[in-house]
Amino acid sequence: MSNSLLFRQATLPGGEQADVLVRDGLIAEIGTISSEASRVLDAAGLRILPGLVDLHTHLREPGFEASETILTGSQAAAAGGYTTVFPMANTSPVADNASVVELELSRGREAGYVQVQPIGAVTAGLAGTALADLKGMADSRARVRVFSDDGKCVHDPLVMRRALEYVSAFDGVIAQHAQEPRLTEQAQMNEGELASRLGLAGWPAIAEETIIARDVLIAESVGAALHICHLSTAGSVDVVRWAKQRGIRVTAEVTPHHLLLTEDLAESYDARFKVNPPLRTSEDVLAVRRGLADGTIDIVATDHAPHPSESKECEWDVAAFGMVGLESALSIVLLTMVETGELSWVDVERVMSRTPAQIGRLDWQGLSVGAPARLTLVDPGARQVFATEHLAGRSTNSPYLGRVLPGRIVYTAFEGYLTVDDGALVPAETVAGHALDYAMQRGVPRG
Amino acid sequence: MIPHLLSTRDLSRESAISLLDTAEDMAILGHRDNKKLPALRGKTIVNLFYEDSTRTRISFEVAQKRLSADVINFSAKGSSVSKGESFKDTILTLRELGVDGVVIRHPSSGAPQLLAERDWIDVPVVNAGDGTHEHPTQALLDAFTLRKNIHGADSRGRGLDGAHVIIVGDILHSRVARSNVWLLEHLGARVTVVAPVTLIPAGASRWPITISHDLDSALSQPVDAVMMLRVQSERMRDAYFPNAHEYSQGWGLTEERFAALSPQTLVMHPGPMNRGLEICSTAADSAQSVILQQVANGVFVRMSVLYSILTGTSEVPHE
Ligand SMILES: [Zn+2]
Repeated sequence: MSNSLLFRQATLPGGEQADVLVRDGLIAEIGTISSEASRVLDAAGLRILPGLVDLHTHLREPGFEASETILTGSQAAAAGGYTTVFPMANTSPVADNASVVELELSRGREAGYVQVQPIGAVTAGLAGTALADLKGMADSRARVRVFSDDGKCVHDPLVMRRALEYVSAFDGVIAQHAQEPRLTEQAQMNEGELASRLGLAGWPAIAEETIIARDVLIAESVGAALHICHLSTAGSVDVVRWAKQRGIRVTAEVTPHHLLLTEDLAESYDARFKVNPPLRTSEDVLAVRRGLADGTIDIVATDHAPHPSESKECEWDVAAFGMVGLESALSIVLLTMVETGELSWVDVERVMSRTPAQIGRLDWQGLSVGAPARLTLVDPGARQVFATEHLAGRSTNSPYLGRVLPGRIVYTAFEGYLTVDDGALVPAETVAGHALDYAMQRGVPRG
Repeated sequence: MIPHLLSTRDLSRESAISLLDTAEDMAILGHRDNKKLPALRGKTIVNLFYEDSTRTRISFEVAQKRLSADVINFSAKGSSVSKGESFKDTILTLRELGVDGVVIRHPSSGAPQLLAERDWIDVPVVNAGDGTHEHPTQALLDAFTLRKNIHGADSRGRGLDGAHVIIVGDILHSRVARSNVWLLEHLGARVTVVAPVTLIPAGASRWPITISHDLDSALSQPVDAVMMLRVQSERMRDAYFPNAHEYSQGWGLTEERFAALSPQTLVMHPGPMNRGLEICSTAADSAQSVILQQVANGVFVRMSVLYSILTGTSEVPHE
């Protein structure tokens, strides 16, 4: 009964009620449970999900610790119900070699809130020319399988082709930030009447769609796996749908903000709404929702992009692109997809936990006896005005501040210990202590 | 009275006409020996210029001095801005210095709106041109010039109902064009814009304009004024058009086009002109050119805007 947690009367994704017993870091039992536990938690009315997995996170460490660190980003993730995040490679130094990804892995383990599973750069220094140490990262302790120059597009078709071929040898996947650079020079917001009226240079849909169209054809010709980051336009949904029908190995993600927000928000010139790819039109929002509902889009990924206030409290064209999203992601999916009837809770489990883990080449066991106890319990009926107190990371550039959002993360458990307890983040020292205990117990290598 | 002048798009017809009428009063004052009015005595206005524009800054400065305001010129060059001070920090500094109004020129679209809407400073803001967004005082001076030439002494209280104005050139990058489109529409004028397809903004078909790519056919209709926009030669590098010669042949007010123009049609240009590119010297210097009137009227319109916004009234005392 040491280190055990018993969640009483939780609602499983499929709707059944069950008790869930967690012992020694694993799910020990699911059903009607009479055995004792060191802590019993009332989960009546709470939906239990396997811990959420974010395939697209910016943790900013090393290099940009004023915006976020591996610890604070892990805390933001736990607060949002996540137990795994894939940090992008655009750190400083760039995660383009084994030592940087191993550093990220170690710091993630020390923090102990989530699994930090690094993404490696595709090209050295994200420069778009020479390949990064792809195999070196794959063979490192971080076991990197997802490679991305996110923030930049791998725009050279030769480099893209070679990268797809090269990583296919070790079951890697290239996650493409689809943005044709010549078509988006100085681009500030979605191209269209509003951008023209506001005097902001347009970011046309075709700059995304032409790269996706090119890359699905390259992926097909070399038989490699391609993942599309933050798909944002109706045309992109059509291209991916066509590619899947053709049997091309392509997967795609959509961000919560592209499921909800539209370009109109730029009218305030409030740079909290400046993001890349930009917020699009309401037709695009409907198309990506439909794409997510019908499986054309495989997953929701946050593109959590923390920035210090001075990078947002300024002129629009001077401001940084990006918004934080880990803490609010599940709420936005509830609002846009579940409350609208487009996704069930089983679908939520699929698009926010199972499939992102599978695209990231992680072993995913879900809610099953013997699986690692990575759990999220959410109160779907709760509604609150989203405010900075709901943000657990270091930056506050959320587009949702002041909005009423549904859903509240009540408990998050990672490797059998709580990282969020009764809606509150468990302190760093406590979590780090649990992480150390777990590592000793399992013999997980440190440092 | 409006609290700020950020754009012409959100300026009502009534407010626009009121500003133009007050500018008429300022023009009368401008023809006296003593051109000064004590209206803004003791008020400090900062001209916050993040972009070089001697023409616009001098026009504002003359207007401010005629209204007896104290003027501070702040330009990005030689200030802390070039050393990397943020826009917000600069504005907070101005607030502590106790200015009564800000005239702002900025390369970033929307910068004047941020200034007006954030709690950084609480004073009237006049947009003197922001990025490719708007240049409302330019549109007001264009409207003033048109109204004077069309209605003469009978201008007061009137709009530009039924007038037809053609705007030619780089609409895509032009804040002057945007401000003119909205203001002319509010004042009842009909607007045709003429440019290569590449220089028409995306979605402009939803604007209250007629779009044409053929200057000769546009000019074959009755036209009250043709406004030529400056075209920058670096646009050629970005493949907006092939070369200066082809641009000039297709979309310039050439000798041939000017010769065919009705003598009643006013020739306008916001300046500075590229003679020989978008406009020939014969047209620019002709009797039907009102380009220099535009410069003079700029002072009256800016006096009107500053007076109306800073005093909160449109009534000008005649002592
Ligand atoms: Zn990206």
